This record gives sequence, structure tokens and C-alpha cells, in this order.
Amino acid sequence: MVGVVLLAALAVTAALSLSLGAADLSPHAAALSVLSRVPGLGGLEPGLSSAQQTIVFELRLPRLALALLVGGALAIAGVVMQAFFQNPMAAPSIIGVSAGASLGATVAVVSGVSIGVAGLGAVPPAAFVGALLATGIVYVLSRRGGGTPVGVLLLTGIAMGSLLSAAAALVLVTGQDPTRRDLDQVVYWMLGSVAGRTWGHVLLLLLYAGVAGALTMLFARELNVLSLGDDTAHYLGLNVEQVRLTVLALASLLTAAAVAVSGVIGFVGLIVPHLMRIVAGPDHRVLIPAAGVAGGVLLAMADVLARLIAAPAEVPVGIITSLLGAPFFLYLLHRRREYGM
Amino acid sequence: MPEVALEARGLHCGYDGRLVLSGVDLALAHGEFAGLIGPNGSGKTTLVRALAGRLPAQSGEVLLDGAPMAAMARREVARRLAVVPQISTPPFEFTVREVVAMGRTPHLGRLQAERAEDREAVARALALTDVAALANRPVTELSGGEYQRVVIARALTQEAPVMLLDEPVSHLDIGHQVEILELLVRLNRDEGRTILAVSHDLNLAARYCDRLIALEQGRVVASGAPEEIITDALIERLYDCAVLIDAGPTGRPRVTLLGGDAR
Repeated sequence: MVGVVLLAALAVTAALSLSLGAADLSPHAAALSVLSRVPGLGGLEPGLSSAQQTIVFELRLPRLALALLVGGALAIAGVVMQAFFQNPMAAPSIIGVSAGASLGATVAVVSGVSIGVAGLGAVPPAAFVGALLATGIVYVLSRRGGGTPVGVLLLTGIAMGSLLSAAAALVLVTGQDPTRRDLDQVVYWMLGSVAGRTWGHVLLLLLYAGVAGALTMLFARELNVLSLGDDTAHYLGLNVEQVRLTVLALASLLTAAAVAVSGVIGFVGLIVPHLMRIVAGPDHRVLIPAAGVAGGVLLAMADVLARLIAAPAEVPVGIITSLLGAPFFLYLLHRRREYGM
Repeated sequence: MPEVALEARGLHCGYDGRLVLSGVDLALAHGEFAGLIGPNGSGKTTLVRALAGRLPAQSGEVLLDGAPMAAMARREVARRLAVVPQISTPPFEFTVREVVAMGRTPHLGRLQAERAEDREAVARALALTDVAALANRPVTELSGGEYQRVVIARALTQEAPVMLLDEPVSHLDIGHQVEILELLVRLNRDEGRTILAVSHDLNLAARYCDRLIALEQGRVVASGAPEEIITDALIERLYDCAVLIDAGPTGRPRVTLLGGDAR
């Protein structure tokens, strides 16, 4: 049931995302033009000009695919981090993990190492290292006697996030050609955007996030048990330290892959796991795929808004997710009975 | 099969350099129902965690069925030894059934779906602990006593021959206390399960356990039948509190508190 609703939302989102923007196309024609490229459906006649075809295939389709993958990766990373910290307020952008990935990525971009797909080969591994270090530091600093209290985790994460974001911004600004510093680029990175990306970016993300997402599914049962607490997980036969390290690496990899292609997009990793726990339940065997799809839908819809809200200009999609996510976060904090300070 | 199910030999354990257990020697025979008593801070919970392999021994060792536990795979240990820890409600809204079904984790492969035998074990544990009516409720909405029974149900689904329980009835009303303890007696008598339960309630411990083990400052200071352990001298020494001990109507020792002034 949840699956059907999510897939329907996915289809609607895809149609809107392909048709809305600076050049309006009908959703029908946009969808037909994509379907006509599917082998065996060549007889469909979408009736789009070749310029419109280019818009669909070289601009909007990769952008849609990227938004779906980034949103899905961030949402799954949020699910895993909440189980890892046994704390439903954990999320990559909130506890500084995205900022860590961002710092790693900016160092790689500015240092000009360019290998592999889309000249981006060095960025995801560097982002991964940054994300892993940030998570590890926040974890060590916020641990109090076998748990991570909400208050300590959030404050530690906020401080780490501020520090790492500032460092990333500094690297971006000072790393540019001093004669023509472009702060727009910094803004787009710090707020996160999926605009202007190519199929190369999509392939890169598909590789990293696809592998990490599939591996995360293999750990669904362990994540269930882990969210009951370390002692209980141990008593139920888990090798707790080994599982913790593995899922930490997977969450960091998912975050890093998303950040490497789109900058820091906030709150998707918080909102989506929460909503999906309500509609699909906390069992990770269902929660992970549900959050993956819903995260993609949320970000793709936010991206449609980002294109329309100030048309013909665009805003970074991270502004939209923060406008939606920050009030949601405040609501969750307000609703909690105890803050665990 | 060796006669001893679970054994600690010269066990030293602690946290951050502070030693809590300083040389515990303890052997649980197969089919035994033992109670662990002792004042706050004597190391009862630490001993349970150490016996379950959760705390590494600084020296000494824990043997499960005669083999060093530290060298065994975690899953294998969890199939043979179930633990009911002191409860703390989880942060996520799993249903009672989902939490209890997690007790099957050591019996299931990574991608294996639950089999009929797994579902039967879950249904049986839900019924035995009187939480079947709560099966679809989120555990976050339960009272302490209800969740305590859920945790016991989860341990039962592990179907492990040895069970360690850390204050399993501390949050329960007297009706459910007796119900759970009599369930443990049945599991012990009818299925031959080996049980070690920590208890602060000396009367319940004396009433239901075959043997009591007294812990003081990280050492076993006495071990024997309830009549041998529940004595004025030992109880006053352990708890620094005056008591009157007589034979209760059940035939087991009965402890009446007299308070600190009565000495």
C-alpha cells in the first residue's frame, strides 16, 4: 500500500519535473518523449521539437535523476544515522556529517585533482573521508555512558557543522582565482543545488549511492536490533562494534556521494525517515526502501519549486528543503518530552 | 555435555580502570535456578554483563558449556544464552510483536525470512508473558511493567538453554511478579532451562530460587540454599540493615525489615 502510493508520487513528480521550468512543456509530451526512447516503444510520437528534446534529455532528465538519487541517498543516510545513534533527531545535515563531506569535497575540487567520470573522480572519496571523520568525532564527543543524549548530540553536531562549513567556505573562497572570485558558486555549494548537472554526475552518484544503498539493505535486520541499544544488540548475537563501524561507513558514504554532486542539502535526512516511520513503520527492511523513494520524491519536488518560486531565476534547492525542514525540526524538538541534556 | 552450563573463573571486570568484579568464581549447573543477591554497587549488573560476554574480562574467563565464551561467535552464544537486561524503553516505535520477534535474530540468516517455527516461538513467548493482547501496540506507549514483560518475551524467543535476568520483576506489580517468577520456575522445571536472576526482593528470591549467591564488593561471599544464605548475620552484614528472619508459610525463609534503629 505504502509502496503503491510512493510509486504514484514518484510518477507524478517525474512528470512535473520534466515539464515545468523556464521552457514549459506539457507533462504528457515530456513523458512520451522519455518513453519513446525505451526500446520497443519507438513508435510513440511525442511531438517535441529537437530543442525541446534536448531540454528533456540533456537538462531535465539528468537533473530529475540526480534529485531522486541525492534525496534517496540522504534519506537512507538519515535512517541509518538515527539507528546508529539510537536517536531519532540524528541526520546528516544536523549533526555535521554533510559539512564534513562538504569540506572533503571542496578540498578535492579546489586542489584540482581531476580523475574519472565528469572530472569528479577524486571528489566522492574525499567527501567520504570528511563525512567519516565528522561522524566519528561527533560520536566520540557526544557519547555519555553507553548512549548519545539528544541535547549533547545536537549541540556537538551544530558546533562541528558550523566549524566544518566555515572551513569549507574558506577553502572555496581562497581556492578561487583571486582576480575573479565568484561567491555565487560558494552560495550554491553551501546551500546545495542539483541544477546544471550532467549524466556524468548521475552515473557517479548511481555507482556510489547504489552500492551503498544496496549494502545498507543487507544490514536492515542488524539496524533493527541496533536501535534497541548496544547491550541488547550484543545479547541478540550481534558483533556490535563491527556492525556499528560498517553502518557508520555506509551512512557516511551515502552522505558523501550526495554532497559530492550537489553540495549541502539540509533536512531531507531528517524529515523523510520521520515521515516514513509513521507511514511504513520502524522496521528497516521496509523503512530503508520507503525512505529511499520518498527522499527522492521530496527532493525532486523541492527542485521543481526551486525552479518556479523565483522564475525565471532559480534558487538553490537547499533553500527549499531548509524552509520545509527547519520548522519540522523545531516541531519535533518541541514535541519531545525530555531533552536528554 | 559438561555438567556446568555457565562458569566464571577468577573474573576481574570493570569500567575505565575502576575494578567492579575482583575475582568472581561462580558455576551454574545445568538445570539450576539460582538467584543473585547483594547490595547496590556490589557488582550484580556488572556480573550479568560479564557473564554474557558484554564486558571483556581483565583477567579470568567465562566458560559456556565448558568452552571459553570470548572465543565463540556472538550468534552461537546468543543461541545458547539469553539475557534480560534492566529495561530502558527504545526510542523507536516498534510494535511489541516486532521487538519480541527480534529474539529470533541469532537463529535467522541475513536475508532469511521468518519461518513458521519463528512465528510459533514469538506467539508462544507473547502468550507466556501475558503480552499477546499488546502485540500490535508500539513499545513506546507501554508502562514499565508491560515493557519488562516484553523484554522477557524477547529473551524467551531466543530459546536459549541458559537465561540471565537482571531484576526481571522490579517494575511489576505483585500479580505479575508472581506470574513471571512462576513462569521461570516452569521453564526451569519442565524444560530444564538454567536460570540466574538478580533480585533485590529477598523474599521472592528465597521463595523461588534453589540456590542463592551473595555478592559483596565484587566477590561472591556466600552461596547455598536459601536457608543457608538468608540469615540474620549475613543479611545484616550485606545490607547494613536490621532484619527479622523466620520461616514463612511457604517453608522458605521470610525476611522482615526492622530498620536501622533496631540494632
